[in-house]
Order: sequence, then C-alpha cells, then structure tokens
Amino acid sequence: MPDRPMIAIENVSRFYASYRALDDVSLEIGAGEFFSLLGPSGCGKTTLLRLIAGFDVPTSGEIRIDGVTSTLLPANRRPTNMVFQNYAIFPHLDVGENVAYGLKRLKLDAAEERRRVSDALDQVRLTGLDRRKATELSGGQRQRVALARALVMRPKVLLLDEPLSALDKKLREEMQVELRSLQKAVGITFVLVTHDQYEALALSDRIAVMFGGRIAQVATPKEIYQHPRTRKVADFLGGMNFLGARLVAERGSDVAVETARFGTIRLERPKGFAAPDGRVTVGIRPERLRLLWDDERAPHELVGRVENRAYFGEVTHLTIGVDGLEKPLSMIETNDYGADDLPLGAEIRLAYDPEAFVLLAEDGVGR
Amino acid sequence: MSSAAITSAPDAPKPATGGRWRHSEEARGLAMISPTLLYALALLLVPVLLVVAYSFWTQNYLEIDRSFTLENYRQALTEPIYRDLFVRSLWISLLTSAITVGFSYPIAWFISFHGGAHRNLWLFLVTIPCWTSYLLRVMSWKVILGYGGVLNTGLMSVGLIDQPITSLLYNANAVVITLVHSWAAFAILPIYVSLQKIDRTLIEAARDLGDGPLRAFLRVTLPLSMPGVISAFLIVMIPTVGDYVTPKLVGGKDGVMIATAIQAQFGKGANWPLGAALSVTTMVLVSLVAAAVVLSLRVAVRRIR
Amino acid sequence: MLQRLRYLPFLPVYVAVYFLFLYLPILLLPVFSFNDAATTTLPLAGFTTKWYASLWGNTVLLQAARNSLVVGVCVSLLSTILGICAARAITRYRFRGQKPATGLIMAPLFLPEIIVAVSLLMIVLQMGLELSLVTVILGQVVFCIPYAMSVLVSGFEGFDRSLEEASYDLGETALGTFRRVTLPVVAPAIVSSLLVTFTISLDEFILAFFLSGTEPTLPVYIWGQLRFAAKLPGVLALGSLMILASVVLLTVAEVLRRRAERRTRATLAP
Repeated sequence: MPDRPMIAIENVSRFYASYRALDDVSLEIGAGEFFSLLGPSGCGKTTLLRLIAGFDVPTSGEIRIDGVTSTLLPANRRPTNMVFQNYAIFPHLDVGENVAYGLKRLKLDAAEERRRVSDALDQVRLTGLDRRKATELSGGQRQRVALARALVMRPKVLLLDEPLSALDKKLREEMQVELRSLQKAVGITFVLVTHDQYEALALSDRIAVMFGGRIAQVATPKEIYQHPRTRKVADFLGGMNFLGARLVAERGSDVAVETARFGTIRLERPKGFAAPDGRVTVGIRPERLRLLWDDERAPHELVGRVENRAYFGEVTHLTIGVDGLEKPLSMIETNDYGADDLPLGAEIRLAYDPEAFVLLAEDGVGR
Repeated sequence: MSSAAITSAPDAPKPATGGRWRHSEEARGLAMISPTLLYALALLLVPVLLVVAYSFWTQNYLEIDRSFTLENYRQALTEPIYRDLFVRSLWISLLTSAITVGFSYPIAWFISFHGGAHRNLWLFLVTIPCWTSYLLRVMSWKVILGYGGVLNTGLMSVGLIDQPITSLLYNANAVVITLVHSWAAFAILPIYVSLQKIDRTLIEAARDLGDGPLRAFLRVTLPLSMPGVISAFLIVMIPTVGDYVTPKLVGGKDGVMIATAIQAQFGKGANWPLGAALSVTTMVLVSLVAAAVVLSLRVAVRRIR
Repeated sequence: MLQRLRYLPFLPVYVAVYFLFLYLPILLLPVFSFNDAATTTLPLAGFTTKWYASLWGNTVLLQAARNSLVVGVCVSLLSTILGICAARAITRYRFRGQKPATGLIMAPLFLPEIIVAVSLLMIVLQMGLELSLVTVILGQVVFCIPYAMSVLVSGFEGFDRSLEEASYDLGETALGTFRRVTLPVVAPAIVSSLLVTFTISLDEFILAFFLSGTEPTLPVYIWGQLRFAAKLPGVLALGSLMILASVVLLTVAEVLRRRAERRTRATLAP
C-alpha cells in the first residue's frame, strides 16, 4: 500500500435504479503511481473513473483526492484531467487552441501560455502542429492532442479512459511504450481504464481487477498474473488450466491439496481463503507446462496425447488429453524443437513444476 | 454490460437525496425540456382540450351554454351536407395519401439505392419545392389547370386540342393533384429513412438464396421499409383531411372539403360548438380510417412473404 | 450508376418526370411574372419587369411585408430557442415521460393545420385577447417547433457529450462550457433552424389567416388579392420573390447543416 494516497476511495457505491454499477468499493492510489482499472465491459471501471473525475456523484461513500474530500466537487474544480475514450477534441478549434483551452481560465500572460502549449506539444511529439485543424488529425495524433491538452494543466492525477482502444494494434503497442515513459517523465499519478489485460500488465505499477461493480484483486502486474486470487481473475488475465482438487492438510499458511493426476501439491494459502467442504480449485498457466523431447527427464512428468494444435508463428498452442483428467490441458510451446510438427494423436510427455500451481478461491469468496 | 451484474435490489438505498439528486439526469432532462413542454401544453394541448369541451356545449346568440349535450355531434353526423363533406374529405385524403406514397416510393428507393454519393443533394432537391409557400404552389396549380391556363393554352397552341378542357380545374381531381404535389417530400423522407436503415446484405442474402430482384424486393425490401411507408401514409393523410387552401382555390363546388365548413362556423356562421364538433369528428374519423389502412397494409405485406 | 439500373431502364425516366412535376409549379410563377400580359396563357407574350415595378409603390403590400418580417424574426427566434431546449433534453438526457413529451411537442406535424388554428383562435378569444401579430407569432411558434426540433436534433446528435465533459474537466464552468464549446459546435445547426423556421413563418398561411386580425402578413395579403383576376400578375411577381427568398434561405440552411454534421463526425474517434 502506498505511503500517502493521492486518491482514496472509501466505500463508494453507485446505483442506477436497481442496477449496481459500483458496489461498496474501497481503494487507495498512491502519488506517482501508474494504476490500472482492469475488467470486462460493464464491470464498473469507467463508472469509478468518472466518479474520480467528477462527472458523476456516488450514491454513497467518499472520495478524497490529495487529502481533499471531493465527493461532490464538480469536475472543473478537481486537480484531475482526463483523456477521453474518443479523445473529445474540440472540432471548432485547432490543435494549439485545443491544448490552450484550459489555460485560458488561468489568465496567464500570452508568452507563458504559448510556452506551456509548445512544451506540452513537444512532450507528446506534436511539435509545430499547433495550427493544424482538429478535423485533419489521424487517430494517433488526436490521442496525443488529448494527452497534451490534459497534461498542460499540470494535474495531480491524469485519468485515461481506454485511450488506446480506438487505435490499430501496431499503433496501440507504440503508444503503450510512449505512455509509460511519459508517466515516468512527468511523475504524476496515472489512472488507466482498460479491458485489455496485456495493456494493464505492460503499463501499470498496480492493477485493480473488477467484476460486477466490485474489486476482485489489487496487486502488482506480476503478483496478479502469478498469484490470481480467484478463478475469474485468473481466467481474465490469460489462459489457465483449472483442476478440481481436495484439501488434505493445513499448516499455518501452507496447505496441501490432492489432484487427480498431478499428485499432492503444497501451496501457499492466500489471506482469508476458506474451503469449508474441502473442495478447491487449483490452476496452472499453459506456459508453465513444458514438452519433454527424446530421453529428456524431469522430476515431475505426465503422459498425454496431442488432441489439437494451433500454429501462432513463434509458438504453438497445444491441447493435451490426459487420462483421468476431466478436461484436456492447454499449453504453449516455442517452436524451437518442432512442436508445430507434432501429429495429432501423438503420445507425448510433459513436465510441470508443482510450485507453479496457484490455489484459487471461487468467485465472490476471498475478496 | 454483464447480465450477472444486474441484480434486482428492492432494498437498494434510494439515490434521491438532496444535492445528489439535482445532479441526476432525470432532473436535468426535465428542467431542460420544460420551457418547450409548457409552451406546447399551453398553446396546443389546452386549446385542443378546449375544442373538445366546446363540442359538448351550445351557443345561444352570444352566450355559451355549458351544459353537456351531444346535439352538435348529432348535427355533424346526420346533416347531409356535413356527411357529404366528411365522406369527400376522407376519400380525397385517402386517395391523396395512396397516390403520394405510391408515386414517391420509387423515388425514395432510387435515392437510397442509386443516389450514390449525392444522396443528400437528391433529398434536398426533393424537399425544396415543399418548403416554398404552400399558398403560392396551390395558386400555381390554378394557373396551370385553369380554363385559360397553361395546360389548356399550351395544348391548344401546339394543336393537340382546339377547345379548352373544362374538367381540369374546380373538381376533386384538381384537389388531389395539388395535394399530391404538396406532400411529396413528406412521403419521400420517411420512406427514404426506413430504406436507408435496411442492411444491404439482407437483400444480397435473399438473392443468394435464390430470389430474383423482384422477389427479393417484395420479400425483403418492402416489408422492412413498411414502417416508413406507414408513417408516410399517416403524415400525408391526417393533415390533408383538414386542408383549407387547396379546395378553396382549385376545388370549386365539387371539391369542397370539411375545413371550409369548420372555418364557416368561426366566421360568418359563428357557431363555435358546431365548429368544434366538426373538428373533433374529423380527427376521430381520419384516425379510424388511418388505423384501418395501416392494419390492411400490414396484412397485405404479411401475405407476400 | 446507370449500368446498375439495367433491370429498371424506365426508372431514370420516371425520376425525371417526377422532378418535372415537382418543379413545374414553382418554376412557372417566375416565368409568368416576367410575361407581358395580364393573363397566364401560352404562348408567352414578351418580357417585362413592370409587374415587379408595380409592387414597389404598393403601401399595403409593403406593410404586409413588414408584418411578415416582424413575425418571421420573432417566430424563428422563439421556436429555435424552445427547439434548442427540447432537442438538447432529448438528445442528452433520459428521463421519465420523455416519449409523451416529445410526442406532444411534435404533434403539429401530424395534425390538420386548421384544427391547430381553430383551437388557438378559440383560446385567444376565450382569454379576451385581441387578434394581432402577437397571436400570429404565438400560433406559428407551436407550428414551427417540430421543424426546428428535427433540424436541431440531427445537429445535436452528432455532438458528443464528452466534448462538454472535456471542457469541465479542463476547469471551465457550465456557462463557460456552453459559450466556448456547445454553442460554437452546434452553431450551424442553430442558424439552420433559424433559417428554416423563418422560411416556414414567411410562407405560413392558415394560422396567420385565422389569427392575424387586421394586420395581414404576406400570404394573407396574397389571399386577399387572389379574388381579383387583374391583380394576378402582381401576385405572381410577389410570389416569385418569395420563392426566391425561400430557396436562398433553405440552401444556406442546408449547407450549414451539412457542415455541422461533417465537423462533429470528423473529430470523433472511429
């Protein structure tokens, strides 16, 4: 948890008639953090962002920004600025006028205003484009203008509402790198809303994963990928092989579970985890399974058949049927040794590391 | 929006508290529309209700007797001159809307399917004549159709006829021609809009499944454009039933419509309750006929499938 | 285009005939207004501008024109302002009663005009008001709001609410946002609505006929003249001028409306 929260969300709910867009959410975001709100559409992440920006008012709960209670403060009196999903570039103004829009209220002298506008344009690599018409910009340029227009206000928090979703894949990846280095350069808090797990993983210091108006888990990208708390979080953040298991022993924070084909596995028990009937789910990421070639041996092995194969260029996705397992396992293998040439039905051996398993709470449990 | 997130919550706290409610969409929307709504209430709904009220009252010279009576409606529905006027007005408006919709559909179809990049220009050209003065357009038809008018003198000067045709003006046909001209754009626009909404791949799918162009049109395009046809029908039929200018200028004795009788009750005749009853009866009758037409159109289209 | 119409070779012909039918009446008026004869017969007699000249000294006509101008300006301003409120309410907010409220406001489009006129006449006289240009204005506003609405709604629909939110977010107040963002972006739609409603008011006859009392507008004046065959050429000249005015105003309105549409579309993300 950060020392001094820049944003503190305390028991915030937002209901629309009987629909709970946000349900008792509490969260702290630190100064200078790159924080992502990740989740499927309708999970409440955009609602939360709009509450922070001041476009909406929570049904209950409090929001503090930089120590100031801001729950009912309108957007124009908050030290936050937003990059909109569709960028919301003012169509009747040129690039320079768009960037200077908020500065006009500050009544700076003309030279100072010009300097700040051109600095902001330099920052987003749009140097010299200030007389360009708003209607003549490409998608990427519009996004840069939106960034410059917000950053020129020197906000304490920059809010980004799916800023990359309108761009094509290549441009999106470029902008991800740029956003990350921009945040490092300006050093302010960024709050990013996204439904793209790779974007959240690549950019963030911490991520909050949301479902159904609630926060399921808040953690660093690595933590959240490697130790997802619930099955839903694990599933949303990429492929995962889920296995039913039975709790056989508990000692402090360690537990032992028994699985159908992977034997008894020792796992760390997450805080607040409970399995009253002893039935649990464990998971292992596809890339943590590895094919064994020729006479290669591993401490933990399993035999299976290739049921399906999909070629992805640098890797091949394999579906492996294993006797005694309800569902086949999926795994990802690099193509260095010829995984892409494995015939369907071929018998293979795979290696796994018991340490790679995670214990998963059922949804709604162990928040 | 995931359906799992929508939970019915009868015990959910109500957001309608003080400052938080004033921020709500509901409050802002109502506040925003209220000036216009109040204006329409005061100068449209209240006056129309007054007309309805008057239709149940009686006029004695300058006094209004406010006791309830159906006498005005008895008069409106049984006196032969009003009955004839109602029948003729309904017939003319029905004919006008049928002809207008029928002749406009190909134009709307042409603009929607073959208008290319200039669709908006085509639409604009269609609407221009309809925006110019209605009175002047009716007058122009009088000039065209008159005994010594453009059509007669034109035909005579090229030698097609040697006597002016007298049956052009001052009858119901002249009224229908003029009304069809007046309302063309009002029919084209709604049909065009509903044609534009049709996903073109649906038509391709019909062709792909073996329909010829005509069958694909009858089984896909036409049914899907029905909402437009129906609103075109209504938007032409209902207003034309009460048209005043056209019958007055080009209708002659055989083309008089109900509006002339209504107007008379507010002018020389000065029997407001009867005028009100005639107005209300007109609206009710035209609504009934329109409903019947809409129903039969729907049935007809269902048959084609 | 024509190649794609090979199944329907007659369609272009039909379209041409239809357009001829549409335009014939409004093109004939100007033609005969320059014709050197008191009757509207073919062949044409010769070119003259005397009918136009005769309009100039006609004080009754000039007074009617002035009345029409006053009414037109008031009606276009009022109906556009009320149209802005309603169009903004229905494009921007969702609230209970939205459908019936919109239905009532748009109802004059679907009502016989004479019934609107009669009901207004009754309420005005019932309240003991004198018929005057004011009553014409009040009545025509009811009739013009639906047209103002349809122009404005199409202009406002392209207007993304995030533009206003961006403005608040950058520190601007509600009033400042309206002045610096909303107004400039939707300005073309508003001007277009002003022009359209002005044109409708200028040409509107029935309501003016019932509600104008002793102060005629141009259409009411023309109506009075139609009884006299000798006055026809003068009316044709006047009518031609009015048609010209309508066409010019509507063309400007259309150009503005389309520019507004293009502009709001172009800046929103794909």
